[in-house]
Amino acid sequence: MTIPLLEVETLRKNYGALVVTDAVSFDVLPGELHAIIGPNGAGKTTLIHQLSGMLPSNSGRVLFSGEDVTGLSMAARVHRGLARSFQITSIIPAFTARDNVALAVQARSGSSYRFFGDPRREAALNGPAEAVLAEVGLGDRADRVAGTLSHGEKRQLELARALATEPKLLLLDEPLAGTGHEESAAVVAMLKRLKGRYAILLIEHDMEAVFALADRVSVLVYGKIIASGAPAAVRADPLVRQAYLGEDA
Amino acid sequence: MSTTLLFIQTLNGLQFGILLFLVAAGLTLVFGVMDFINLAHGVQYMVGAYLAAHFTAMTGSFFAGLALALPSALAIGLVLELLVFRHLYDRDHLDQVLATFGVILFLNEAVRVVWGSAPLSVPVPEMLSGSVRVMDGLLYPVYRLAIIGSGLAVAALLYVLVNHTRLGMLVRAGASDAPMVAALGVNIRRLFTVVFGFGAMLAGFAGAMVAPILSVEPGMGDNLLILTFVVLVIGGIGSVRGAFVAALLVGVVDTVGRSFGPDLLKLMMPPSAASQTGRAVAPMLIYILMAAVLYFRPAGLFPAKA
Amino acid sequence: MIASRFPYVAAIAFAALALLPLGAMLSGDGFLLSIGTRVMIFAIAAISLDLILGYGAMVSFGHAAFIGIGAYAVGILSAHGVTDLFAHLAAALAAAALFALATGAVSLRTKGVYFIMITLAFGQMIYFLAVSLAAYGGDDGLTLPGRSTLLGSSVLKSPQAFYYLTLMALAAVYLLCRAIVGSRFGRVLQGTRQNAVRMQAIGFEPFRYQIVAYVIAGMLGSVAGVLLANQAEFVSPAYMSWQRSGELIFMTVLGGIGTLTGPLIGAAAYLLLEEVLSHVTEHWKILFGPFLILVVLFARGGIAGLLKGRGL
Repeated sequence: MTIPLLEVETLRKNYGALVVTDAVSFDVLPGELHAIIGPNGAGKTTLIHQLSGMLPSNSGRVLFSGEDVTGLSMAARVHRGLARSFQITSIIPAFTARDNVALAVQARSGSSYRFFGDPRREAALNGPAEAVLAEVGLGDRADRVAGTLSHGEKRQLELARALATEPKLLLLDEPLAGTGHEESAAVVAMLKRLKGRYAILLIEHDMEAVFALADRVSVLVYGKIIASGAPAAVRADPLVRQAYLGEDA
Repeated sequence: MSTTLLFIQTLNGLQFGILLFLVAAGLTLVFGVMDFINLAHGVQYMVGAYLAAHFTAMTGSFFAGLALALPSALAIGLVLELLVFRHLYDRDHLDQVLATFGVILFLNEAVRVVWGSAPLSVPVPEMLSGSVRVMDGLLYPVYRLAIIGSGLAVAALLYVLVNHTRLGMLVRAGASDAPMVAALGVNIRRLFTVVFGFGAMLAGFAGAMVAPILSVEPGMGDNLLILTFVVLVIGGIGSVRGAFVAALLVGVVDTVGRSFGPDLLKLMMPPSAASQTGRAVAPMLIYILMAAVLYFRPAGLFPAKA
Repeated sequence: MIASRFPYVAAIAFAALALLPLGAMLSGDGFLLSIGTRVMIFAIAAISLDLILGYGAMVSFGHAAFIGIGAYAVGILSAHGVTDLFAHLAAALAAAALFALATGAVSLRTKGVYFIMITLAFGQMIYFLAVSLAAYGGDDGLTLPGRSTLLGSSVLKSPQAFYYLTLMALAAVYLLCRAIVGSRFGRVLQGTRQNAVRMQAIGFEPFRYQIVAYVIAGMLGSVAGVLLANQAEFVSPAYMSWQRSGELIFMTVLGGIGTLTGPLIGAAAYLLLEEVLSHVTEHWKILFGPFLILVVLFARGGIAGLLKGRGL
């Protein structure tokens, strides 16, 4: 029986009387792509904030590789291999695409308390950065200033940035949000390539993509997981149809 | 260390705290609702004092002076808002700090030009002069009691306004989430102007009230401003309740600390060292208090923002 | 981020500064030398502030405290008979580092407006501490017996020697900051300025880098203080008033934040303007205030911003 990479135990988040995350429990196995779907306002983004360390939880635990990371900062979780992408891309507009990714490489490659020497000339940083950029399809865009990239390219850069931290688990926050038909096909293809090499927790709205990619699907409604299992089973679940898929005929 | 002296200093501390509250209340609302850091609030207080001094000398009556000073202080505040502050609401804090710093430089010099560098003095009004017996063997100046009284009255008024009126509700909502309030269709610009004007008047009122017991001089608002910031930081930006609690705390700690600090230290070290250390540490007490509060609560005791 | 935007402007500025004493000698104007020294001293302080303000987005309203610390290191040691420049520098740097570490640890837990106010308050705290030091002049300040001695000799008494010492210090501070800003550390600092959450998402804890930057900036600021005390041969709490901190921010913004060369120009422009205006009227601040407001409203990028517009 495989030990889960990520275990979430009765995680809870409330703002006073308003409960946003309601005793959520689930897990992600190594190499698995586990998708979380749910209607708007279900609390998906809050959940990702809690898992990545951006938001403290009121109760419950998050275990990563068996270690209790519930109290750890986002940076500490990233060092253990738990990385996330942001819906509103968190790239640095003034840096080049290469420098954006190289900075992520820098975080795990030697000390950043070096006050002399131009990091932009360091092959140890640029090499891996360029490799990751090539992987996401931005190989020829390395020198472009990130702020001038197209919307889709920024999304690719965002993913590259997350990959450069050498994660074991990727938390992806709606990577397909706002993409057109062609672009979403490219993103799905990209995710198919990443699948297996990284465990992925995919928060998504796009049903086609989810059912094409996911090994398991969990459904989040009003902060509670109402169903979880293989995509086909979840699709057929009457509770789920009623709460969510019913709207999506 | 006599109990009478302790009582007097505590009363003085309360009076100082109430004063701080009057200035801090307006500032915390401006910060909270408009996210606007206004260094010029201190000169607003100074302007109130100068206007009170001027009109009192002109009319011969403190109350007439006060009655004239308040609307004038409000007017000056609104002119500043129109000319300078209005253009800064969308700017980052650095810009706001610098521009309002410029206003301080200008007004501190302007009062010097109009009234000269020498401090002005304002006589305590007949009606409120003299001392009254507060308790056995304790005489306390009536005027200072009047300050405490009027300050508490204003605090009560503010409490009613903020918690029990529609305008107050808008202000509280604005302090918590201004863009949301604007998105709900409230005329946020007018709300800003009202909050700003009210804050300016409170500061001016504080300055006017304090004119008879302090020397009215250029730069009198500068030191008070820093203390007001300490109050805001401890109390939590945007919270009037926080400002009240923090203001009284700061007022009492500062006043009592300065008078009794050396005495307390004399219990622990030789007298000469105690008085030296006491004199050095006493003014630093509230900053140490502030650092301690912020260490455990980086957003103050009663932060308004969600 | 393009680290070196104005190599030409910086080179010209330093060349001008190096040649100024010759001009002073030729014109017989000792005043030129003294104002040149003053400009360089404040340039050092402004550049150190730019490190955290321009590159780290930490709006510190208490930076003058470090000037004061440096100055009082000289004052206090001199009053006890220690006059060696290196002793003064060592004490200043150590005291500044300690103060920065202690206050930074608390201040950097806060954000935005709170940070501005808490740095302002800490600056006031140390100002009052200086005022309470009756043994070292208190509010009136302390006159120094003389300038710091360099390896036993009083060579710094000479205005020219002192000028060149200050110029060397300025060059050293400038080059050091240039290196820092273009280094691995500098890249993290600038990333943190742009988007602190993003930096956490790749594994950097912003606080650790911000406090290191804060300490470095404080130490460099104290160097300016050591020089200022020497130039005036006088030490006073006024060196660290909050008005001074405000003036430092203004110098940095006037020149152009985030450029390192900007603060140099800004310090020069500010002090020269102050000099000129104070001869026009004793109430020059009444003109200065509105000037500051106008710069903020209409020339936000400072002088550097204006130069950039001309393609320099």
